[in-house]
Amino acid sequence: MYVWIWRRLPGPLAAKVAEVLLLLAAVSALLLFIVFPWIEPHLPISQVTVPHK
Amino acid sequence: MTDNTVVASPAPASPPGRRPMSAGDRIRFALRGIGQTLITLGLVVLLFVVYEVWITNIFAHQAQVKVYNALQHEWQDGQDPLLPLPGENTTTIPLGSGIAVLYIPRLGRDYHFAVVQGSQVPDDAQLEKGPAHYADTQLPGETGNFAVAGHRVGKGEPFLNIDKLQSGDAVIVETKSFWYVYRVIGKPAGQNPQTVKEQVATVNGNPIMLPGREIVDPSDGDVLQPVPDNPGATPQKALMTFTTCHPKFTASQRMIVYSELVSKAPNNKKLKMPDSIEALYSEVNA
Repeated sequence: MYVWIWRRLPGPLAAKVAEVLLLLAAVSALLLFIVFPWIEPHLPISQVTVPHK
Repeated sequence: MTDNTVVASPAPASPPGRRPMSAGDRIRFALRGIGQTLITLGLVVLLFVVYEVWITNIFAHQAQVKVYNALQHEWQDGQDPLLPLPGENTTTIPLGSGIAVLYIPRLGRDYHFAVVQGSQVPDDAQLEKGPAHYADTQLPGETGNFAVAGHRVGKGEPFLNIDKLQSGDAVIVETKSFWYVYRVIGKPAGQNPQTVKEQVATVNGNPIMLPGREIVDPSDGDVLQPVPDNPGATPQKALMTFTTCHPKFTASQRMIVYSELVSKAPNNKKLKMPDSIEALYSEVNA
């Protein structure tokens, strides 16, 4: 999969490296700011309360 | 755009130098695919940890600063969110707004959090702003139980080091009118509060003993009772209860820390803490 992506990136080596970094940043941002905040409330972590009455 | 890595392929369907896949090639191809997928998932999980312990703190800190500043402005304007509005008998505190400021000398000079008003059971949005008061439990300084929930890891993590508290440690709650000094339950002072108890009430002539710290089941709501763990008992002291998750990163249990009101001083809104409060910080440095 990663080889496949690497082959399809256009430009010389330096450009390819820059493109990889850009892709990584984009995927990380997508995960950190959209995917994780959305799935987090459904996970059994960071529950700090007890029921009241 | 030109692709420098592929040199002049005459027939795109079957590039030269690539022979048909043998059975071994297929297995290698499949294994490589599985391996890459697993590594990718591992990296995603690592990134999730980064999110939990770092990114959520950034947003929670911004929310906490907002609530803290709003509360300070209210106080400066002479409004006390804990008092009923003029002409009304009951207090209605807007959910998610600040009601008091919490200081814990054991956790450092810088440790302070605006406590926000929560729902009957504080929800995620309230807890992200800061430690949240269980509505319907008592207010700071009142006889009964002032109960507050807070995050242990991430989301501002106000209660990250709540397990470092020892019996007798001061926990300070500042409201518009008063500085309330609570002390973690348990005598003698300086002990692991889970191992020492103190009498907090009397029921039918029998003393009710409470430890300074408990690890309980997540369903154990009795820790919020006016006399914790003793539903129906008449409170005789002003207690404060903290609830957070335990162990860290999990939701399998809850850590409960109890403290008891020992004194209060008027808050005259000087920029400095009163000397009696300031002195509590030298206790833990000694």
